[in-house]
Amino acid sequence: MNITFRNETFRDDYTFRNSPGAIRRFPFPFHEDKYMYSVNMEPHVPAGPDGHAYNKPIDVDEHYLAEMDDRAKVLKEDPLRYQALPHMMAAQWDTLELLMEAQAAGYPGHFTLEKNGDQWRWINRPMGIDQAFTFGDASTLPMEPLEFITRQAQGDFVIVDQRDGQLWCDAGMVTTQADWSLDFDIGMNFHEWHGPVPLAHEIGVFDRALKFLLNLQQGKPVRRLNWTMTINPRLDTSPENYHKWGPDRATVTPENVGDKVHLRCELQSLWRLPRSNAILFVIRCYLIKMEELVTVPKWARRFHRVLRGLPPELVDYKGLTRYRPTTVEWLSKFDDGLPTSPGIYPE
Amino acid sequence: MTINTEMKVRVTEIRQVADKVKRFRFERAGGGPMPVFSGGAHVIVSMRDGKALRRNPYSLMSSPEDTKGYEISVLRVENSRGGSAFLHEKLKEGDELVLSQPVNLFPFDQRGKKHIMMAGGIGITPFIAMMEQMERGGKAFELYYAVRTRSHGAYWKELQQRYGAHRVKIYCDAEKLFIPVGKILANQPLGTHLYVCGPAGMINGVLGKASELGWPRQNLHAEEFLAPPPGKAFQVRLAKSNRAIDVAPHQSILEALEANGVDAPYLCRGGACGQCETGVVSCDGGLEHNDHFLEPDEKASGKKIMICVSRITGNAVTLDL
Amino acid sequence: MLVAGIKSRPVYGGLNIDRHAMRHLFALEGEGALAVLDQVKAVGPDFLKHADILYAASGSKDQEHDRKLAALGADTFWLAPTIPVLLNRLNVMLGQAHMGAHIHLAGTEGFIGQAQQVAMNHGVDPASLHTEHRGSTARRVQCVHCKGITDNVTTSPYACSACGLSLLVRDHYSRRLGAFQGVCIDAEEPGSAPKPEELFP
Repeated sequence: MNITFRNETFRDDYTFRNSPGAIRRFPFPFHEDKYMYSVNMEPHVPAGPDGHAYNKPIDVDEHYLAEMDDRAKVLKEDPLRYQALPHMMAAQWDTLELLMEAQAAGYPGHFTLEKNGDQWRWINRPMGIDQAFTFGDASTLPMEPLEFITRQAQGDFVIVDQRDGQLWCDAGMVTTQADWSLDFDIGMNFHEWHGPVPLAHEIGVFDRALKFLLNLQQGKPVRRLNWTMTINPRLDTSPENYHKWGPDRATVTPENVGDKVHLRCELQSLWRLPRSNAILFVIRCYLIKMEELVTVPKWARRFHRVLRGLPPELVDYKGLTRYRPTTVEWLSKFDDGLPTSPGIYPE
Repeated sequence: MTINTEMKVRVTEIRQVADKVKRFRFERAGGGPMPVFSGGAHVIVSMRDGKALRRNPYSLMSSPEDTKGYEISVLRVENSRGGSAFLHEKLKEGDELVLSQPVNLFPFDQRGKKHIMMAGGIGITPFIAMMEQMERGGKAFELYYAVRTRSHGAYWKELQQRYGAHRVKIYCDAEKLFIPVGKILANQPLGTHLYVCGPAGMINGVLGKASELGWPRQNLHAEEFLAPPPGKAFQVRLAKSNRAIDVAPHQSILEALEANGVDAPYLCRGGACGQCETGVVSCDGGLEHNDHFLEPDEKASGKKIMICVSRITGNAVTLDL
Repeated sequence: MLVAGIKSRPVYGGLNIDRHAMRHLFALEGEGALAVLDQVKAVGPDFLKHADILYAASGSKDQEHDRKLAALGADTFWLAPTIPVLLNRLNVMLGQAHMGAHIHLAGTEGFIGQAQQVAMNHGVDPASLHTEHRGSTARRVQCVHCKGITDNVTTSPYACSACGLSLLVRDHYSRRLGAFQGVCIDAEEPGSAPKPEELFP
């Protein structure tokens, strides 16, 4: 079935909304009424109720065109959001193949991939792209393979090279990030790149995650959910533009919480790439307004409890300090104290 | 793209390619493509040999872009624990086997300005796939290949034809020709990486020479598949499931567990990847660590064991399983 | 508040003379000269026969370290007028160097970072470099907003030399840029920046 794409914005007038169906499919990141870092990886196999964001390995939804348009705008202002170190070319082609195959298989009405040996043809109907090229020959595409395909796929993409028992962040397309800079972090190893994250190092989360990922197998992708919060449905909450979106954090009032405050969920999937032996991190961002979130009573109760009990270091790191009390207060109206069922899906 | 793990394959070709070396080609039993892989990767081949289930790692040597089938080459080992004897003497074209997804514990460093490979005997196999990939990627490389006699050395003629004698150099023990490691390593440009695959003695010799010549650890890479060394029989006790399982002299702990229906995680079955690391609750003798994975202090602690290759010297060990 | 306990801060292992090295290439800045002088005291002068020393005095001009270095009798010694000129020569020399040559970098953090970048462009793994931090703990900082780099930052916050924003110096270091990260400190409430505090004298 074809998706009806919304015409909306993630900046200026912020017309982004979720349809009722998009609310139900939202990957809500809390499986219980409290939150702490954990490695929380599970096999990335189709799961969830019909239509859920977990149904397809690479998810395309009603925000596709608007997100691709926002990405193009970000790149126009700041081309450094896409970078790949020279040794990552094999991994770029791996990623192009993975995303083209997954989008074509998952959404045949929107995307088609024809392969004849290394002569490929890619059709992206929503974006009006029809590109014939030679797989492996970068001169047959209008831009590097990773940039070409990630301008047509939702989510941020980071490719990490595996060397010497470490993972190295050596390529990426990052325009919908939760406050980290690819331009600054490119070339860092797994621990360095996650350096600013509080608490998690001390409880060994990154050591365990690294050990796990070093043995990630081809054909067995894994996923995990991460989250933060954003004021206004802004995809580009980059450190580069922090001085532009930072002031929004001071604009939350009891009257506008429902519309302004968003839960921002990252569905991260990790894939061992075949030719390069690198790992692709897909960091797909989903936004939901508080007033949309509370239409699912279980989520309203749970998110209220999670936010209320969040450790102070995480409140600080996630930048919630200014508006958390107002938001907790607003959410409390939707929490009747009843128990919530386990798991992330709506009841 | 499918989320898949093990692959059922049919043996489509078996060829004797040199003294004691056979090449096997596998294609999907139900048709369809195999995954692309990266040069240096191996698969675990699961073989049903009568009652025994054998699982051995073999480097992939076919072209990484050839998705029609995978090829491995196997040396017939004297005193084989069963794997190479089974493949050489029992396996026939048309038979079916199960392969794991490819796993690469011996990838080349994509940053390298130049790549030097040194192979001993059957250690040539990962380099065949690597060179294919390097050639396609336009990387500078050289292969130095040591064989016992020209008839024991597999593929050297084909490799010289394909890449030229300036890039593929053969050294034959029987002709008293040995790889002049010191001379080769003395004048390589900065950013060169060295890869060695072959018997333990050769690996240690080459890497030792490279270190003596000031090469940093980051530029040295080696792969040696350890067959699980035999030892004396002992018993494994599983603390969590409260079971006792006997390990025979020619069996690894992992194999004994699998033979008794206990599934434990593994990737390389050769003591390199760390996937089968298991906690030791108690042991009535010493641990015989045969792996390349644990750090010396971890080995000394007596708290961890790699069950794919390591054994004990006592009579019983209790594992955290 | 300075965010503390962050992991990307480089660890400078110190220069150490590996007797297996075929050659030693030293790129030194300012007080980094003392790192080599100390090595000579510790292991003797033999390694100097196979050593090339590049030195930029920077802020240590008055100390006359260059005369002590020149007097060591290394195979070659060259005094560079500025850091960029030194890095340029380092780049050419690395293009002609062979595996087995060991690269030693000593001086301020900003200098080590820049020299490391030159070496990485020649395919050298940064972990195989010998590095020793000497001299000022002042930081080279990149403004994450305008990408402008300010050298010798001793306070946090500081005013970006390119765009003027008041920046918090995070303890997050990029070896590729050879710089720490500066992030606008009063973005959420413009004008509320605290007074600069001398943190990296």
